[in-house]
Amino acid sequence: MATAHGASHDHSHDDHAHTPTGMKRWLFSTNHKDIGTMYLVFSIFASLIGGAFSVYMRLELMQPGVQFFNGPDGTPDGHFWNTVVTAHGLIMVFFVVMPGLIGGFGNWFVPLMIGAPDMAFPRMNNISFWLLPPAFILLLLSALIGGGVGTGWTVYVPLSTQQGAGMDLAIFSLHIAGASSILGAINFITTILNMRAPGMTLHRMPLFAWSVLVTAFLLLLALPVLAGAITMLLTDRNFGTHFFDPAGGGDPTLFLHLFWFFGHPEVYIMILPAFGIVSHVISTFAKKPIFGYLGMAYAMVAIGVVGFVVWAHHMYTVGMDVDTRAYFVAATMVIAVPTGVKIFSWIATMWGGSIRLEVPMLWAIGFIFLFTVGGVTGVVLSNAGVDYALHNTYYVIAHFHYVLSLGAVFGMFAGFYYWIGKMCGRQYSEWAAQVHFWTTFIGVNLTFFPMHFSGLAGMPRHYVDYPDAMAQWNYLSSLGAFISFGSTLFWLVFVVFGTLLYGRKVGANYWGEGATTLEWTVPSPPPFHTFEELPHISPTTHH
Amino acid sequence: MIGKRVLGIFGVLSAIAGLGVASSASAQPVVGVPHQWQMGFPASYTPVMERLASLHDLLLGIITAICLFVLALLMYAMWRFHASRNPNPATVTHNTFLEIAWTITPILILVIIAIPSFRLLYYGDKAVDAAFTVKVVGHQWYWSYAYPDQGNFSVDSRILSEADRVKLKPNQPRLLAVDEEMVIPVGTTVRIIGTAADSMHGWTVPGFGIKKTVIPGRLNEGWISVRDEGYYFGQCSQICGNGHSYMPIAIRVVSKPEFDKWVEQKKKSAGLLPSTDVASAAVPANR
Repeated sequence: MATAHGASHDHSHDDHAHTPTGMKRWLFSTNHKDIGTMYLVFSIFASLIGGAFSVYMRLELMQPGVQFFNGPDGTPDGHFWNTVVTAHGLIMVFFVVMPGLIGGFGNWFVPLMIGAPDMAFPRMNNISFWLLPPAFILLLLSALIGGGVGTGWTVYVPLSTQQGAGMDLAIFSLHIAGASSILGAINFITTILNMRAPGMTLHRMPLFAWSVLVTAFLLLLALPVLAGAITMLLTDRNFGTHFFDPAGGGDPTLFLHLFWFFGHPEVYIMILPAFGIVSHVISTFAKKPIFGYLGMAYAMVAIGVVGFVVWAHHMYTVGMDVDTRAYFVAATMVIAVPTGVKIFSWIATMWGGSIRLEVPMLWAIGFIFLFTVGGVTGVVLSNAGVDYALHNTYYVIAHFHYVLSLGAVFGMFAGFYYWIGKMCGRQYSEWAAQVHFWTTFIGVNLTFFPMHFSGLAGMPRHYVDYPDAMAQWNYLSSLGAFISFGSTLFWLVFVVFGTLLYGRKVGANYWGEGATTLEWTVPSPPPFHTFEELPHISPTTHH
Repeated sequence: MIGKRVLGIFGVLSAIAGLGVASSASAQPVVGVPHQWQMGFPASYTPVMERLASLHDLLLGIITAICLFVLALLMYAMWRFHASRNPNPATVTHNTFLEIAWTITPILILVIIAIPSFRLLYYGDKAVDAAFTVKVVGHQWYWSYAYPDQGNFSVDSRILSEADRVKLKPNQPRLLAVDEEMVIPVGTTVRIIGTAADSMHGWTVPGFGIKKTVIPGRLNEGWISVRDEGYYFGQCSQICGNGHSYMPIAIRVVSKPEFDKWVEQKKKSAGLLPSTDVASAAVPANR
């Protein structure tokens, strides 16, 4: 990677610019750092709600029978259960992982890493953030006044056509959240392509910026298709169209194709920025440049591109032509190759390095192993024939939670511990961070590993109750869920608030010579405006 | 895998135990049910599942090896290249041989997987010489099974309430017992054509190697051929609303003579006897 020479000192706080305060600073922000902070706070807040829903679900699933989800007449309320399951999924995807990784860390560090004073469109950046709270409120309203959406996060028709008014509120929520992300994508693409500091060619750009660039293209191309699909659902529900209604000449599978054309790139949108963070953390704490930089960058590009042509592996059981299924099996397997390149490159980066097992490094190394576990079960699922036994079982839930809760979320925590000192100027407490890591590691593995077994045994998804024989794995999963959520609460109190209020103050580069990207050349926390004078990047000896 | 074989033995033992408590006229053992602490697929009850389980065994071996390999590399690297043991980091960022090896090797592994995978996909797709067809229809929240080749009578299959299950079918698991099962003859290739009446549903039986998302307005075709008589259970596998967890799939696999007897009995109650020729002018009743 490139290092900066020359203008690493910062002429900050000229007399004419006072840092704004109050509404002007937060409601009318045009500052990428403040907007990034707001995204991170929002993401953490939403994670508590999404996590609470999952705890509620695991409380119910702890034992056979229905204990917590009975309706007023004492019989199980399947619709209420479905609503909580759906809310958990939608919140985690749209209001935790995406805002946290892209809105939060992306906004904070992409401009800093490329030596830009801010994003290309600072005011549009603000509306990207402020669209999210109303979107979130609409989702909550869909449950409170709309009867709830009980379709699962994929909102398949015809079930979604049958839902009450809450479905329309949820559609509007997704429209707004989608718009927020599309505008953000435009912002990131323009910023990264146009505003890199002089000397920073694309091939000298840090890998986190690369990951955000690829993610932004995926957002730009995939989200409009979701918007189209849910708009067609809206008109089918309210304005007499029959896009998905066989009685009117339509087909429910059209919705599935449209949804998953978005849905598959969406999962890469959620993981690519985490890949970027892991690259930075591994490199810093092995004190080695990333192995095979170009391979890493273009592996992400390949994952992004191929990710657009594999969507129907989510639809193997709906009755598509067998040759079509065969194609999607082959295309899906292809993605394993660039992903494997990344895993091996990270290990090769560690190889021969001088490794310090600081807390961010624990998260990153945990990511490498656990994402591999999640990824290989994806390879199992990619085989359509095997998928017939595993589709919509807990095996799928195990797979995607390994790559998300133990992949993307581990990446987010790695980024948090790596960058919190930079963002707030104070460092976390080592003992609290260690407790958080190890309890989370144990908790999430205990939650999700047994789900492979339940799935192989045939336990379906979205079930409020299960045959008695499946009780043991469910009990263990529930224990794990409680430990994980407890660990998150611990983190919130002892790490987040502990650091913000009592953390030891740190300087510009508190990680040492392994931290070579531009954000480590500015103070911690950085001034309100950074790189008002552009740094000049010249190539380093190793690349 | 070893676990499956052991569980299979338990399955046979419990099936034998179940024989004594069966309440229907013919005593099929309860075979296709989940077991406590079950870690793998159930036994394979159909030829598709045999191939599926065998491919999964191959996959499981490969992915376990990959995960252990990655874990071993990470653990070794964390120890060997810890700052205390390796204070001066190397600067290597390329190794052409490695980069080619870790691109080609996964490709080879994927090819090894792809060959049996495609064979399984095409084998399970369409029935070869199916004896007859059962039309499966998913409803909110029960299944109905029509037999178009036997006069198109239909059977509604609803979950038994817990009180009724304990009374009528106590050796069948909670959440899986139904009032009327889908009945098919043993060792016979049966074509399954699935559709739905209202929302999507998922028709499946663990151990059969088949899962059909049934969709209103569409037909979805598959096939099964069950090796042994018995009761086999599955659960709806596509979220379909309030009763999603409460519409199990129950299949009773009987001997061929017993199947013929059952069909005659069904036709009689549907008013289809004596004549059930396709050429007959009688409109088949729905029950």
